[in-house]
Amino acid sequence: PVPSVSSPPRAPLPPVCPCRMPAQLQHPGYPAGRLQAAEEAVPCREAQAAALLALFGEPEHYSYPSLFLYGHRATGKSHVTLTLLRELQLPHAAVSCVECFSAGLLFEQVLGSLFGHEAVSQSLARYSSFSDFVRVFQQLSARSSLPRHTRYIVLDRAELLRDMDANLLPGFLRLQELVEDNVTVILLSEIVWEKFRPGTGCFEPLVLHFPDYSKAELQLILSQDPSPAYSPELYGTYINILLGVFFTVCRDLRELRHLAALNFPKFCEPLEKGEGNGSVSLSLSKGNPPHLVHSLSFSVTLRVSSASCLSLSGHLSVSSPGLSAHAHVELPCHSKFLLIAAYLASYNPARTDRRFFLKHHGRIKKTNFLKKHEK
Amino acid sequence: MATSSVSKGCFVFKPSSKKRRRTLSIEDYFQNDNIDPETSTLRFQTCQSLWEQMKTEVEVFQEELNKKILDRLLEFARKTTATSRSTADDWASRMRSSEIPTAALVLGVNVPDHDVTLRRLSELLQQSATPFVVSLQSKECSALKQMVQKVLLQLMGCTVSLDEEEEEQPALSEAADLPRKRAHCSLATLCDWYQAVQKKAAVPSPCKSRGSPGDGVGQSPPVVVIFKDFEGFNPRVLQDFIIICSQYIQKLPLTFVFGIATSPITIHHVLPHSVSSLLCIELFQSVPCTEHLAMVIDKLVLTTQFPLKLSGKVLRVLIGIFLYHDFSVRNFIKGLQLALLEHFYNSPLSVLCCKKREALSRAQQLSHENCEGVRRLPSFMRYIENQEPQEQIELLTNDQHLKDVCQRLLRDLHTYHKQYYPVLRCLHTLTATLPKHPLGKQIRELHVTCLERNVWECEEYASALQLLRTPVPKMVLEGRVKRLLIKRCWVVIMVLLTPATDHSCFSVQETLAVFHREDRSAEGECTEEGEDASPRPRLQKKTDLFHLQKTLLEMKESRRTKKLSRFEVLRNEALDFIETLVKYVLFKFALQTSVHCCDDSAERLFFANLASSCLSLKFLCYPLNLPKNDALKSEEGAISNAAPDICIVYKLHLECGRLINLYDWLEAYRTVVAAAEGKDRDGTEAGTFDEEKHARFIRAVSELEFLGFVKNTKQKTDHVARLTWGGC
Repeated sequence: PVPSVSSPPRAPLPPVCPCRMPAQLQHPGYPAGRLQAAEEAVPCREAQAAALLALFGEPEHYSYPSLFLYGHRATGKSHVTLTLLRELQLPHAAVSCVECFSAGLLFEQVLGSLFGHEAVSQSLARYSSFSDFVRVFQQLSARSSLPRHTRYIVLDRAELLRDMDANLLPGFLRLQELVEDNVTVILLSEIVWEKFRPGTGCFEPLVLHFPDYSKAELQLILSQDPSPAYSPELYGTYINILLGVFFTVCRDLRELRHLAALNFPKFCEPLEKGEGNGSVSLSLSKGNPPHLVHSLSFSVTLRVSSASCLSLSGHLSVSSPGLSAHAHVELPCHSKFLLIAAYLASYNPARTDRRFFLKHHGRIKKTNFLKKHEK
Repeated sequence: MATSSVSKGCFVFKPSSKKRRRTLSIEDYFQNDNIDPETSTLRFQTCQSLWEQMKTEVEVFQEELNKKILDRLLEFARKTTATSRSTADDWASRMRSSEIPTAALVLGVNVPDHDVTLRRLSELLQQSATPFVVSLQSKECSALKQMVQKVLLQLMGCTVSLDEEEEEQPALSEAADLPRKRAHCSLATLCDWYQAVQKKAAVPSPCKSRGSPGDGVGQSPPVVVIFKDFEGFNPRVLQDFIIICSQYIQKLPLTFVFGIATSPITIHHVLPHSVSSLLCIELFQSVPCTEHLAMVIDKLVLTTQFPLKLSGKVLRVLIGIFLYHDFSVRNFIKGLQLALLEHFYNSPLSVLCCKKREALSRAQQLSHENCEGVRRLPSFMRYIENQEPQEQIELLTNDQHLKDVCQRLLRDLHTYHKQYYPVLRCLHTLTATLPKHPLGKQIRELHVTCLERNVWECEEYASALQLLRTPVPKMVLEGRVKRLLIKRCWVVIMVLLTPATDHSCFSVQETLAVFHREDRSAEGECTEEGEDASPRPRLQKKTDLFHLQKTLLEMKESRRTKKLSRFEVLRNEALDFIETLVKYVLFKFALQTSVHCCDDSAERLFFANLASSCLSLKFLCYPLNLPKNDALKSEEGAISNAAPDICIVYKLHLECGRLINLYDWLEAYRTVVAAAEGKDRDGTEAGTFDEEKHARFIRAVSELEFLGFVKNTKQKTDHVARLTWGGC
């Protein structure tokens, strides 16, 4: 999935951060300014970024043929990778495997973003196999005038590769070997490598794990995009309260960001009414604000996405029935009977249908059990 | 046409153009040789014009009905455009910018009706919000590839038609070729295309800024994707599509509309949390179909606007189909149309089914056969029976006299209908809220009852009036006062509508005036009722037993009489008045069923509309019930041998247990069929006959299997398993 952190254009980071560590991203091959920019864009993921950078090496160096990054949703896998590639201006192709319902589409997108779309549409046939891909890759790579820097192919949601052609995943893992060129494939997935292994003879990629964010890290990341109307401190307090309520049920950064955006206006309501400034925020922080608990109950009990919760809270007063689980569905009479009958029938074996559903089904045979008890 | 050839070959013979049949127009199909061919054209035209009127009426009011929700949806689409533009500065919308705005449109289980609403929605969107509207149906999108293709095709096709208007020839060919030239269509292609179109639109061109509807909205009109039947989509495909779309939402302002048949909770059944959190869902609820139907009946049936009156039976069948089977208003209207056609097609007297003035003139021009037809009508026969002998002879022999009487009766009929509906409504408002709804909750139920018999003769009516007369707690009472007022308004309307030909109308008006006056004073007094009561005779302190008894009795008596306050008196009077009114107006009018109602079509309608299993069962059991199948009548329980094969096989299989021996079954079948042919020669020419019967038997059995009555089993060879139980 797309990491939540990357999606919206972000306000510059607050200059002072108490827990900031000394710069971890250091590499002789890249200018320090770019490294700094990259590090600032990946808060709380400096360690992973440093590990990746070490693996990348200098632009001309050959890198490890294939990397496998995994971790839960919204742990910054693709964000870290893409930020590094972008900030350091490395040639790369980022493709999401969901989008490519055929292998040909995948090849086209990879080659297109590496060598330009025009060249690809000329040389790649409509229904191409993996060997076509390798051939075209070699041709185009030989033709290109760029210096021989490592090319990176980032395949998001790589677990979908398993459902495509059988040679695709092993092929990509050994791509460097096959094209005999400086190329590295980075696979991103939410599941572990053990579930990928396609049998014998497969090249083992280098596996890198992205752990979940801790509560403190979440707090740090979430408070980085404060509302412009209020002070960053107030927003920080708000995030603190928010995490206190939601952290037990939801650790997904993206979801939390959404909840934060959703509930902030309500949180600010007392401030809008305007009694004081500092002391009010203190009084706000006492206990769980009722609207947060309300919103929690929605997202937990009904499994309603926060998105619909938004519209729900907006329209609850406007006599809309809402996304209630008990929403009344009107059905025609016969459909109702059919449903009821199917429901009832699903609880007894087929042979007893007659006994249960027919009015005059005949005499019930005495079972051995009953006979025994009569004696 | 020489087909001689040295080698073998096949030859194609194109049918000669002479042989080709002239295509028949609709009117030609309407020609019914058996029934009065002269008037068929006239009937056809009347039928057409009537149907056109009804159709426009329905369309107009459906438009009105859907207006509210469609307006809200349009507003929603426009709003999403607005927020996507202001993304840069608004903090809240920036935080939500990665979500796809989605409208969950709950349309109810009446799936056949959805099409109209959604088509209208997409038209409106195209007119006022955005030129980019895509409608997807689940059956077209079995895989992600088809889905994306469909979206691309519809979108790029739409701009092709736009370009044509602007006479940009090179752009046209380019856009048309785009999906074909590309090896694969993906959303990235669409995104590029969209940006190209936007760039082109951004270049100011004078003709476009005037004409194009999309321009009023802003620079980036949203791309609206309508999922017509959300439940039908493959969840996997839908999830992938949404995930892909969410990756392009920054560049491509997408908006979804889900057409949901059941309840909004299905979104969460179909989409896991990870996907549904990519959507920003807003809920829209359409009008419930039962309300919709009530309005249709109100506009088409319970009105004097259309001369066609449905008989109780037809109405019952149509409403039954609606309530028991599909909840579909569209099918209801189709049924209505069918009834209309049937009526005009089959009865020559339907020429009279038109507006009053025309009907009167047409009544004068009735041919002799038609006059005979009128005489044969059951309702007219009843009318004749009630006339003087002299008049009877006149009516039966003199065509001209008959026509005159017809005219008079038609006029009366029209007047009758004018009075009928308001009074019906009065009665309904009065009784609808009674406990247990003795006369039905909906006005249509009351209408059907009235059509079938005299309403005041049935028990429910008596009990309803009884309920109205009984004293009730005060709260309810006051409500009833108001209701009486409302109802009276109706009566007034009726009186205004009625041309004052009848002397009784004057009395109606007078009574109403009296009621109005008293009503106003009664309302005031209603509150002071308690004080109004006369002072009770006090108990004398010293008295003998006899006196005491007497006083008590008096008190009791006075209490009983005193109970009747002025209000109650008034109420009773009003009710009496209503009752007389009902009796006067709601009687079953002579000539009514004959001229304006289509009665016999009910059964055919039933068969035409139903394709359900219950029907097939009915058909299998009682083939003689099928229309025009009188030949098959047989005594109860016996298997008629002239019935279709499948019926025989079905009846025979009812006699078996859970497993059926195919050979025995075949033998039984053969016996029955042989009896049908009336010749007992199974011994002589067994060979040829057996083969034919065998084949017929196999076909019948496989038909039964198709209908789900039997299935193959591996428990025993040459046996099939029965899937139902019961029977003989």
